[in-house]
Amino acid sequence: MVAGGMEPAAVRIGVRAATAAVLAFLYIPIGVIVLYAFNTARSQSWPIAGLTTKWFGVAWNNPDVRAALANSIKAALGATAVALLLGSLAAFAVHRHRFFGRSTVSFLLILPLALPGIVTGMALNSAINFGGDIFGLSFSLFTIILGHATFCIVVVFNNVVARLRRTSRSLVEASMDLGADGWQTFRYVTLPSLLTALVAGGLLAFALSFDEIIVTTFTSGSEMTLPKWIFNNLRIPNQRPQVNVVAFAVVVASFIPVYVAQRLTQDRPHNPRAV
Amino acid sequence: MKTGARVSGVGAARDDSETRPTVTVADVGLESVRKNFGDFTAVDGVDLEVGKGEFFSLLGPSGSGKTTCLRMIAGFEEPTSGRILLQGRDVSKLAPYDRDVNTVFQDYALFPHMTVRKNVEYGLKVKRVPADDRTGRATEALRMVRLTDFDDRRPAELSGGQRQRVALARALVNEPRVLLLDEPLGALDLKLREEMQIELKQIQQRVGLTFIYVTHDQEEALTMSDRLAVMNKGKIEQVGTPADVYERPTSSFVAGFVGVSNVLSAGVAQRIAGEGRSFTVRPEKIRLAASDEHPQPEECSAQGHVQEVIYVGAHTRYVVELEGGGSLVVLRQNLSSSSMEALKVKGKQVQLIWNRKHNTFVDDATLDFDQTDGSGKEKR
Repeated sequence: MVAGGMEPAAVRIGVRAATAAVLAFLYIPIGVIVLYAFNTARSQSWPIAGLTTKWFGVAWNNPDVRAALANSIKAALGATAVALLLGSLAAFAVHRHRFFGRSTVSFLLILPLALPGIVTGMALNSAINFGGDIFGLSFSLFTIILGHATFCIVVVFNNVVARLRRTSRSLVEASMDLGADGWQTFRYVTLPSLLTALVAGGLLAFALSFDEIIVTTFTSGSEMTLPKWIFNNLRIPNQRPQVNVVAFAVVVASFIPVYVAQRLTQDRPHNPRAV
Repeated sequence: MKTGARVSGVGAARDDSETRPTVTVADVGLESVRKNFGDFTAVDGVDLEVGKGEFFSLLGPSGSGKTTCLRMIAGFEEPTSGRILLQGRDVSKLAPYDRDVNTVFQDYALFPHMTVRKNVEYGLKVKRVPADDRTGRATEALRMVRLTDFDDRRPAELSGGQRQRVALARALVNEPRVLLLDEPLGALDLKLREEMQIELKQIQQRVGLTFIYVTHDQEEALTMSDRLAVMNKGKIEQVGTPADVYERPTSSFVAGFVGVSNVLSAGVAQRIAGEGRSFTVRPEKIRLAASDEHPQPEECSAQGHVQEVIYVGAHTRYVVELEGGGSLVVLRQNLSSSSMEALKVKGKQVQLIWNRKHNTFVDDATLDFDQTDGSGKEKR
């Protein structure tokens, strides 16, 4: 909002210093974990003894880590699929149609994102127990996916609604005017213009699900996921190097989708500008 | 083929040489059409008939209901009451894709994820025209709007004028009966706008399409249209040829909106023209004369002093405050006078003289417009 060269030098330096401090506060702990993943020593002590990549091999060959990784990927893919389907349908409903309680529905969809994970987890836990008594539902990968979907839907919903709001209404009208029926308009005009929003929403949902632990704790039963494995092994000193390696992997796996999603939702040069 | 001015609302068949009974079914018809948005009445009982091949403009200020009329013809809005007819057929309830009309949108509404060619072929593709046929027709349409060699560009890579041409080609390629244009030149700069006006008119005459053209620019409407309707507050104030509407406005609103207002109230009219009805006179019909000149019997005259002088290059505008009340705008071509000479008249006592046949009586003197600037419709 404020033009670049307008404020005095002192303010400019102050703002930059504050920004640097915030970024340091956010990323130094993560940097330390990354550094420890390459530590030659088993114990964590500063300064680190030396650099090695041997723990990557150890962790990769650990069957427990592999099983947890496979589970985490399956859960994230499942939750993302559910979120894409339900999130975009909800976005269409809320954007297109005016109905009684529309803003309430919108609010209720966004709420799980703000709700403490422990509350969501408890609620899901008792719901699954209840479902187990009646339908024979049991704690499994399926229940993890259900749990994660509660907050992944929001991410897709938000992305799609934002894109729908930005897409000119006259594009749909132009399509109909040129002879396309509702389905053709959806397929050739609406869906392509939503594509990047869907991809971005999906990637964010994947990243959210992949490192989730609180809701997972309440919905997974004996199923192991990567974050759960980290949490369980954190207390075992022998396992520390492997935990650091796995944590590093989770950071990378979360960073990439978030980065790509951000790039996709930015205004790119070939986006139509407001006329 | 020029259709020219018409007295009746309905055009005769275009090929007049053939001796068939002139079946005068209007290409587009509106019958007592109303449109309410909640409590707001956007269109308040409009009747209209547009003949085949006619270039018809809907002219009015924003909020006058002209765009809503167009959207009802296109099928984006359903009339609250009344009927929309295309070639005599009631289409009021039909979806846009079931009507043989196409629209050029104000923001062009080009599909951003498609190339120019894909945009133009879109209408043919969804109507399942074979690919070979599609290519040929799209090429032809792009040639018609003089936009070749841009096939693989995306809309964002084009200038405003080029996008406008794509939008036009995308509509024309479908060979609709009627083309609807919603302020299609509004986003272009003046120079390009004037070029496109000429080009649009040429294309319309070449393909013989019925054009319904929405604009708030009176100059555009006057230069391009065969006929036009002036709209105000959801109603049609006057329908006629450009000359009709300009020379013989039927209301003070039309007089003010189309050109400079120059409406004199009944009281002032009584003193000047000897008749107690308010009238309007076009600024270019009035001549500045010395205060002691004697007008001819067929002439009207009024004394006043020059309040403002606006030098506009080709002509000069004078705003003259009349002694008996009211004011008139006078336009004078700068045949020999330079800006210095023109400006010297400011504050001087002058006499305005014009032939009384140029007086056009209008409904009332409740002036909707500030007389000095004609609501800003006149471009500098």
